[in-house]
Amino acid sequence: MANGRTIAIGIGTEASAASRRAGSLKKLARRRSTTALLLCAPLIVLIVGLKLYPTFYAIFLSMLDRKMEHFVGLDNFAFLLTRPSFQLVIFQSCLFAITAVVMKAVIGFIVAHLMHNIRGRNQRIWRGLLLVPWVIPLALSTLTWWWLFDPSYSALNWTLNWLGFESIPFLGTTWNARIAVIAVNVWFGAPFFMIMYLAALKSVPEQLYEAAAIDGATAWQKLRFITLPMMRNIILITMLYSLIVTFADFDIVRILTNGGPQDSTHLFATYAFNVGIESGNIPRGASVSLFMFPVLATLAFFVLRDVLKRSREVST
Amino acid sequence: MTTTMATSEATPRKAKVGSLERQRRWALGGSYAALSVFVVIFLVPPFYMIMTSLKSSAEISAQQGSPWVVQNPTLDNFIYLATNAQFQRYFLNSVWVTGLVVILSMTIAILAAFSLSRMGFKGSQVISTGVFLTYLVPPSLLFIPLFQIVGALGLINNTWVLVLLFPTLAVPFCTWLMIGYFSSIPKELDEAALIDGANYLQILLKVFIPVAMPGIIAATIFAFTVGWGAFLYPLAYLYSADQAVLTVGIVRELIRGDVFAWGTIMAACVMAAAPPILIYTFLMDYYVAGLTAGATKG
Repeated sequence: MANGRTIAIGIGTEASAASRRAGSLKKLARRRSTTALLLCAPLIVLIVGLKLYPTFYAIFLSMLDRKMEHFVGLDNFAFLLTRPSFQLVIFQSCLFAITAVVMKAVIGFIVAHLMHNIRGRNQRIWRGLLLVPWVIPLALSTLTWWWLFDPSYSALNWTLNWLGFESIPFLGTTWNARIAVIAVNVWFGAPFFMIMYLAALKSVPEQLYEAAAIDGATAWQKLRFITLPMMRNIILITMLYSLIVTFADFDIVRILTNGGPQDSTHLFATYAFNVGIESGNIPRGASVSLFMFPVLATLAFFVLRDVLKRSREVST
Repeated sequence: MTTTMATSEATPRKAKVGSLERQRRWALGGSYAALSVFVVIFLVPPFYMIMTSLKSSAEISAQQGSPWVVQNPTLDNFIYLATNAQFQRYFLNSVWVTGLVVILSMTIAILAAFSLSRMGFKGSQVISTGVFLTYLVPPSLLFIPLFQIVGALGLINNTWVLVLLFPTLAVPFCTWLMIGYFSSIPKELDEAALIDGANYLQILLKVFIPVAMPGIIAATIFAFTVGWGAFLYPLAYLYSADQAVLTVGIVRELIRGDVFAWGTIMAACVMAAAPPILIYTFLMDYYVAGLTAGATKG
């Protein structure tokens, strides 16, 4: 108030200064949120342009005819559902995803427990060895599996013969091929489960087991009443996440069988590739892919619900 | 044991401790035995990959003796590939594509995560959730509409298409990971920096990035893995050999040769798998942190 100008304006200045200050604060806040938005812009552009837009574009494409000239509504979906080869795709995709995920979870759970018994430096070494399948690019390890399964030079069959068994045509018959693609997926994915479950095991407080031991609990009771309830969340979310990835898997079937024998091992992704890219029927390929959407959306809903619930728990 | 119990007061306790210890030793031994079985099974393909890569075509076609061992180890396959112009092209393509994808993805992810975790604005919650959702969208759901889109952009059979598309696979998870790491940095730290007159760029570069370095390494490894190993997009959008990257190049081009080229194919797999394995050997802890952080954080 010492300088002349403020005195001259009089009593009103008090309020206007306050409002000016509020205004500049607001301006600051606005500038801050503009900067924030700018920093997010590349991410938003990427997601909207290459994830969101393609999703809607896929829906549009799936409703066109083969030459992409006429609108045919849901005809592509209806046609696919009547095709036996596509019914097989639905069956095989569900069989593949569910069997593989359950087996990965069981093996991951067992190996995580074995690993948990080993402490310290040794655990790191074993963990490192067991993670190798997860680290090799899947397309390349699948190629190696193909070579292992190769009908005329199969090293696995050589071993079977050496042990006195008959050779198995691993990729030659429907069910063998189905089991083979599931086995490769389990081989690739089990280490991921192992790592997740090991992390969860480590977070279970040791005192709970000590208390149970004092109460005379058996190993089974400890597993049933301590380990499983404590790990429930991680077990479920890992399985849900893996179901999404496994259901949409492409690499293994594409390289190992390319859908054969007689289209019995096709998954949605490989079938969509054959129809859409290789046979050039883009709309029908898009509809094959979109059949995955309801399943993936449902799974994603549950994963998201769990993740949001937990982040709320963390923040409060 | 009954006889020892009779002899003195102290021995029963000792015996009990001993039996507990023995039990524990048995459990440990059993764990090691069972783990060994799993390790052997899990390492069969990489082992066979390396063994085959050391065999000559003649040895593979002769089918003499066990396929699991090499009779006359040779590096011919590796030498052939290292001097093969086509394989060099795949390798170089993979290197520059992955390099650009990592830089691009990490830049986008770090900027966005900083903004989303610290500068909360209207809709930032929605965007965070959206980022997580897009992480759950698999590439096989969108590759057909993307085929049309990259076709319209004139990028079919152009390696640059991967630089455009791979970030869509890497960025959501990297952003999610970085949001988790940035959120765990105490607010007092950047408030102090703000009071000292630092602007947001300085806070990000001088405070957040150094403090969240483990997260950045984990996210970088993830982006690298995606860029190096992805198979569907390059298979769908690149069809000529000079544009191919390692995964499709090996699967598509090398297999065309005769049946006994498996030595070369496996050598190519070994060389292509070496960079991720090397990174993983030295940075395993960050790698594991990145794997588990997605589920345990946020």
